[in-house]
Amino acid sequence: MATTITMPQLGETVTEGTVAQWLKSVGDSVDKYEDFVEVSTDKVNAGVPSPVTGTIREFLVKEGETVATGTPIAVIDEVGAATLAAPAASTAPAAATAAAPAGPAPQAAQSSPAASSPNGSPAPAAAAVSELELEGALRGASPAVRRLAREHRIDIRAIKGSGSNGRVTADDVLAAARTGAPAPATPAAAAAIPPGTRTSTYAQPIPGTTVPLVQARKIIAERMVESKHTAPHAWSMVQIDVTNVWKWRAREKERFERETGFKLTLLPFFIRAVVESLAAFPLMNARFVPASAGGQPSIYVSDEVNIGIAIGLPANLVVPVVRGADKLSIKGLAIKGGDLIDKARKNKLGVDDLAGGTFTVNNNGANGSWASAPIINGGQAGIVTMETVVKTVVVRDDDSLAIRSIMNCCLSLDHRVVDGYVASGFLAELKRRLEAMGPQGDL
Amino acid sequence: MAVVSSTNSTVMNNVEAVRATLYEAMKNDERTVILGEDVGARGNVFLITKDFIGEFGERRVIDTPIAEASIVGIAVGMAMEGLRPIAEIQFADFIYPSFNQIVGEAAKIRYRSNGEYTCPLVIRTPYGGGVRGALSHSVSIEALFYHVPGLKIVAPSFPDDVKGLLNAAIDDPDPVLFLEHKKTYRLIKGEVPRGHYTIPLGKANVRKAGTQLTVVSYGLYLHWALEAAERLAEEGLSVEVIDLRSIRPMDKTAILNSVEKTRKLLIIHEDNKFGGIGAEISAMVAEEALFSLDSPIRRLCGPDVPSMGYAMPLEEEFMSSPAEMADAMRAMVKF
Repeated sequence: MATTITMPQLGETVTEGTVAQWLKSVGDSVDKYEDFVEVSTDKVNAGVPSPVTGTIREFLVKEGETVATGTPIAVIDEVGAATLAAPAASTAPAAATAAAPAGPAPQAAQSSPAASSPNGSPAPAAAAVSELELEGALRGASPAVRRLAREHRIDIRAIKGSGSNGRVTADDVLAAARTGAPAPATPAAAAAIPPGTRTSTYAQPIPGTTVPLVQARKIIAERMVESKHTAPHAWSMVQIDVTNVWKWRAREKERFERETGFKLTLLPFFIRAVVESLAAFPLMNARFVPASAGGQPSIYVSDEVNIGIAIGLPANLVVPVVRGADKLSIKGLAIKGGDLIDKARKNKLGVDDLAGGTFTVNNNGANGSWASAPIINGGQAGIVTMETVVKTVVVRDDDSLAIRSIMNCCLSLDHRVVDGYVASGFLAELKRRLEAMGPQGDL
Repeated sequence: MAVVSSTNSTVMNNVEAVRATLYEAMKNDERTVILGEDVGARGNVFLITKDFIGEFGERRVIDTPIAEASIVGIAVGMAMEGLRPIAEIQFADFIYPSFNQIVGEAAKIRYRSNGEYTCPLVIRTPYGGGVRGALSHSVSIEALFYHVPGLKIVAPSFPDDVKGLLNAAIDDPDPVLFLEHKKTYRLIKGEVPRGHYTIPLGKANVRKAGTQLTVVSYGLYLHWALEAAERLAEEGLSVEVIDLRSIRPMDKTAILNSVEKTRKLLIIHEDNKFGGIGAEISAMVAEEALFSLDSPIRRLCGPDVPSMGYAMPLEEEFMSSPAEMADAMRAMVKF
């Protein structure tokens, strides 16, 4: 793959740079992070490291020539990006005792992190240099670009920027994430240190490291094991035709967002149908109460309908609760749900927002999931999922064909509380109610 | 006068909307009292209260001396004792003598009396430039007051918002500073629904939806920002324009939702830049949504000079134009 290198911006107010000297010739190989050109501006003279490992194909600017930042200055034919990190780490110890790998010119070796280590313990130096250089490459990257690059594990140095002066924009990162651009090379240091002695975080895990559990993660782990061990899970799925409710949503969406500031998703419609179905099947809104000392086990049928909404976050899973969901209209559910989702994303949920759930809804379809087998939230009889909405050709009762929007809906149930008879009745009710919604009406 | 456009609404300009709303308030609630300089016999310098004194009498439409501290001070007392005073400061440039009455008294009554008294007072005042008003007829004063808890500040730009927000201000149990941009008085026309309605204080309005840049503005500049955004739309660039409407309380949710979508924020206001409304919005977005930002926040505001000049070139130098706004928007979209 050919990578075009542009004149870097060597300072916030610098708008142009002069190619003082090419440190390589056309046809030379160049390592990632290796300086291949010296650039001078009215403020600094600096070596510019190659963002990739490869072979110099072409210089686009002559020595002594001054060009605007962002102007292409060279083309490098890149060798496989994925193999970069490992060779760098594994050749490092060898470099101390044997000759450096073929290729790098003397002055290049000065700045090549792996080859420059003088004493056979290259890891800390290598990490420091590469992070420093990474920071250099990130300079000018906006907070949104940095965040998105982290979230999607995109190496922004490998992206061609479409912004002013070749700046990588947030949209560039998202486009790269869709097309599968190179991930950042794992720091060479990570591989050189024995596994388990280095730690990273759940949101940004690094291979070969240990992720200590934060309190929330510990609780999730414990609750999941407890629920899966104590509540015998059974599973069922229905297909629901959401064509009409989808149309209804589309009709109301813009006005709703304008009036309330919240997005109108399918979720509040679904929760409304769930709540109505729970009213028809109260055993689904119940919990199994184990025998206390000397007593008998029982089932408590709740008189409140509090719907938990499972929300996945990068480092966490939270289930805020819409209390009194049976007393809210679709509009009310959309506002309350939107508010809870906002709070969850901003990490602002309070204890009250999380307590008292009697049944849980998991909107699982956003990323295209077609079916899933969720684990029941402890102390509830069931959890139901919304899977991805797919346009499908269906055969209707009169044998005609139609294109309809179909959503799978999966239910995990606590078999101590309900049997298939009740569960399938509940699912059938949910299907019937959701299919009866729309294509118009009052929210 | 107003043209009847449909059975449910009337086309009005901003000054007619103020007049119609005040008239209905006087008609519907005997507690409503209007006081200020020239509001009676003269019927206000923009003729907003023309003939009111004849219909409602001089006990409810009160001509005051040129004494702004007294206008607000008397109104505070009326409000505390159960009336619904609507005090007028003839031009915002003259509001300074009443600063103590507004900030030191009106805004603090509820707190000071431990909730025993409230101060349901509306202070209306025309503000803003573009009318060659120079030193004493063109100032923007919102930033002097928005620091003060207990005071609400509203600055509508369209006639329908003028009516809905003025009604809400009159209904509100606490003091509201109601800012009317005088250049928009006759310039801006629009449909105004019939009958009594309110628009909640503290709610912004997305006047134009877009995806690549969020622009927050209010007052005269809101209209120019919309004009600039339309120019960019013709170039294929998509700008979202939020009409702030209420300066305090500020609609954080609307701004943050928009910025999270567009990732870029430009604040445009006529008031001086330093310590202006844009500073607060910038700080709020930097605190709440830094990691959504794909470019530095920008403010296009009045320069830090004491006043607009009277000479046309000096006034133009002070004020931004739709073309300047379009340039700023374009640069940010393309950043």
